[in-house]
Amino acid sequence: MPSSDRRPCLAVLILLIMANKLSVVSRVLVAFASGALVAVFFLPVWRIDLFAPQYPEGLMMNIWINGLSGDVEIINGLNHYIGMKHISVEMFPEFIFLPYVVGFYILLGMIIAIVGNRKLLFYYLILTVIGGALALYDFYQWGYKYGHELDPKAAIQVPGFSYQPPVFGHKRLLNFDAYSFPDIGGWIVIAAAGLAFGVWYFEWRNPKKQIK
Amino acid sequence: MKKFKQLAWLFAVVAFGLFGQQSCKPKGGSSGVGADAAAKAYVAPGTYDEFYNFVSGGFSGQMSVYGLPSGRLFRVIPVFSVDAEKGWGYSEESKPMLNTSHGFVPWDDLHHVALSVTKGEHDGRWAFGNANNTPRIARVDLQTFRTAEIIEIPNSAGNHSSPFITENSEYVVAGTRFSVPIGDNTDVPINTYKENFKGTVSFIGVDPTSGEMNLSFQILAPGINFDLARAGKGKSAGWFFFSCYNSEKANTLLEVNASQKDKDFIMAVNWKKAEEYAKAGKGMKKKVRYAHNKFNESTHTATSVIKEEVLVLDPKDCPDMVYFMPCPKSPHGCDTDPTGEYIVGSGKLAAVIPVFSFTKIQEAIAAKNFDGEYDGIPVLKYDAVLHGEVQKPGLGPLHTEFDGKGNAYTSFFVSSEIVKWNIQELKVLDRVPTYYSIGHLCVPGGPTSKPHGKYVVAYNKITKDRYLPTGPELTQSAQIYDISGEKMKLILDFPTIGEPHYAEAIPASLVMPKSKKIYKLEENKHPYAALGEGKAKVERKGKEVHVYMSSIRSHFTPDNIEGVKLGDVVYFHVTNLEQDWDVPHGFAVKGANNAELLILPGETQTLVWKPEKTGVYPMYCTDFCSALHQEMQGYIRVSPAGSNVPLTFSTGTNLPTDNK
Repeated sequence: MPSSDRRPCLAVLILLIMANKLSVVSRVLVAFASGALVAVFFLPVWRIDLFAPQYPEGLMMNIWINGLSGDVEIINGLNHYIGMKHISVEMFPEFIFLPYVVGFYILLGMIIAIVGNRKLLFYYLILTVIGGALALYDFYQWGYKYGHELDPKAAIQVPGFSYQPPVFGHKRLLNFDAYSFPDIGGWIVIAAAGLAFGVWYFEWRNPKKQIK
Repeated sequence: MKKFKQLAWLFAVVAFGLFGQQSCKPKGGSSGVGADAAAKAYVAPGTYDEFYNFVSGGFSGQMSVYGLPSGRLFRVIPVFSVDAEKGWGYSEESKPMLNTSHGFVPWDDLHHVALSVTKGEHDGRWAFGNANNTPRIARVDLQTFRTAEIIEIPNSAGNHSSPFITENSEYVVAGTRFSVPIGDNTDVPINTYKENFKGTVSFIGVDPTSGEMNLSFQILAPGINFDLARAGKGKSAGWFFFSCYNSEKANTLLEVNASQKDKDFIMAVNWKKAEEYAKAGKGMKKKVRYAHNKFNESTHTATSVIKEEVLVLDPKDCPDMVYFMPCPKSPHGCDTDPTGEYIVGSGKLAAVIPVFSFTKIQEAIAAKNFDGEYDGIPVLKYDAVLHGEVQKPGLGPLHTEFDGKGNAYTSFFVSSEIVKWNIQELKVLDRVPTYYSIGHLCVPGGPTSKPHGKYVVAYNKITKDRYLPTGPELTQSAQIYDISGEKMKLILDFPTIGEPHYAEAIPASLVMPKSKKIYKLEENKHPYAALGEGKAKVERKGKEVHVYMSSIRSHFTPDNIEGVKLGDVVYFHVTNLEQDWDVPHGFAVKGANNAELLILPGETQTLVWKPEKTGVYPMYCTDFCSALHQEMQGYIRVSPAGSNVPLTFSTGTNLPTDNK
């Protein structure tokens, strides 16, 4: 079904493909990297570990793109003493749209792999960094509210103390040592982004070694 | 090559990300044990521990006895709960000990131990324990390590603030944890708590010679919760201090509603004054019902008497008797130091440890330095009575013990540690982790005027991974720390029974020499004793069959009994004729619906048995007594109700007819 509407699009596409063409290996790697993001539908993205003297085995909360798992109820049980909100899936509207966002990234990555354009890959990487930064900011925002908006009737109240969990790394919260790190899904995202970045960097530094 | 390098770098980053995080986690609890720990806790085979440790059994209802520093368990003394192993609460003689105004109560929750003192120092005579559920106080005789007396506390509900003791064992106290409606009409809506609920603290007099308890008087208090208490010492000996929470007077969801005020109270009672008021007739006699149970050492039998009156002192009629001191937040422990000058409050939700000065309390009272009243009782100004606060001591302070060298040791539940601090300077000196979430702690002699120091024992609330797991239900975990140096040093972990709360430790030299070995037969005044094999007999009294039985290595007399009929109730009164140390005999009969008897040398104990079927029933000795213990057995024959089998009994003579 030939259509005159599609002609300018096609022209742009061809133009883009012609210029800054990625190598086949690079394109396969980009496809692999964006395809790897599928993993986050099956693996947790982030984890928060809590250790206290009376919890030598630790408590863990896994954050997925669409939900939570781990010792969430135990953590909630402990946190009610200091008046923290009850953590639940409903608390995070992110869980509704995050799967679509990730789907979008996968689709975009695949398109770039097919198209094989280095510039587009660069924009894709920029978009990835922005996405990651937004996610971390969002996480920080939640953590701030969770740690500061305490029930004024809470049994334990330490003057001037808040319980904001760390965005990344370690923080001491009363008797708990809290550790916040990417979980396996998160590391796959980071590795995929790193791989895509590596491909772009390699292509950028070695423009002449392109394989036709 | 360059590409390879870049990829290698990439993988390194990923690998660090995946595995590097594992190293951030904290280490386990097995660290921190010095190389000399084993030698310090080691008590060589055949040698003795330096201290007896009397440990409350919590919801087991019993009191356990350990050795320190070995952590070896010597005995579980049955107190408030039946103990089938020892026949406690099953033998006819011990049943009255568990009688209350609610009838026979087979279980309770023993939280705190108080050892008797003279001039503020341990005298090794008695150990008192409280029943937290159905309010009672028990006295254990330290010659026999047996419960000698139990007194019920009326107008009380949840006897938690108990059984703390005055400097010369004049009184043990019983403060009610739950305030309750008191008086003629107790059927009131629960949400009328503020109008209708009252607290009481009871003073139970202890006879200086016999140790016998007597409910001397009660002080009527506002409807708040009394948690723990300590008597003063030395200059403050005439005073008693009770920690109180729920000054909000909440009757529901206390974890929130009783945690709203920044400060609750320590109630200071001038008990010398209260005693004067009681003697001067300032109190009101109130009708109540409570049981008073005593174990008679010569009849080996307990009696239970229901008493019906108590003297109540109302602070309104008795000025200068009761004061409140504000104490940050929901105080739990309330401990007086060996000099009696300092009172340490431990607000379990507080961020500081307040230390009050007895001298300042007296000055504030004299100067009427009050901050208003609470239910008509003057509230002293916090700053006026405060010696100072220990800043940032830890999280969740609970209890404090002392070493007699000017140092205090406070347990912290939330941060799971013991913190050593200097009382004068209020400075934290050292802290050690406990495994896990310590409740009470014990320094030998810690609550007395002359602490013996040397060790501090942590009694923990959480065990988790400290020992080999035994399914979901675990033993409790305790730790011993050497405190002879500047730094506290962990030397031993040991498991404990039930759930220990408070414990006291006393030098073995104060108890061991007095420990009884046998009950003398010539002092046995049990009405059913068979004081010699020749006295053994079986008597019928209507439907009751009384077996006066003796046991000696390795036979019962009688061991063949016939003529018992269905519908009879058989009483086995077993007297252990041994007069040798450590030769108890047991007694058990098939199908008994109660337990065994464990009869100590010279003692008489009774088991009731109601056979349900005809036949021949075996009976045997349960405690391995001798080489021929297994031969220590007999039979009792049960015939139909209308049978004419004569009542006969014998040992060694009921032979086959063709042998006769």
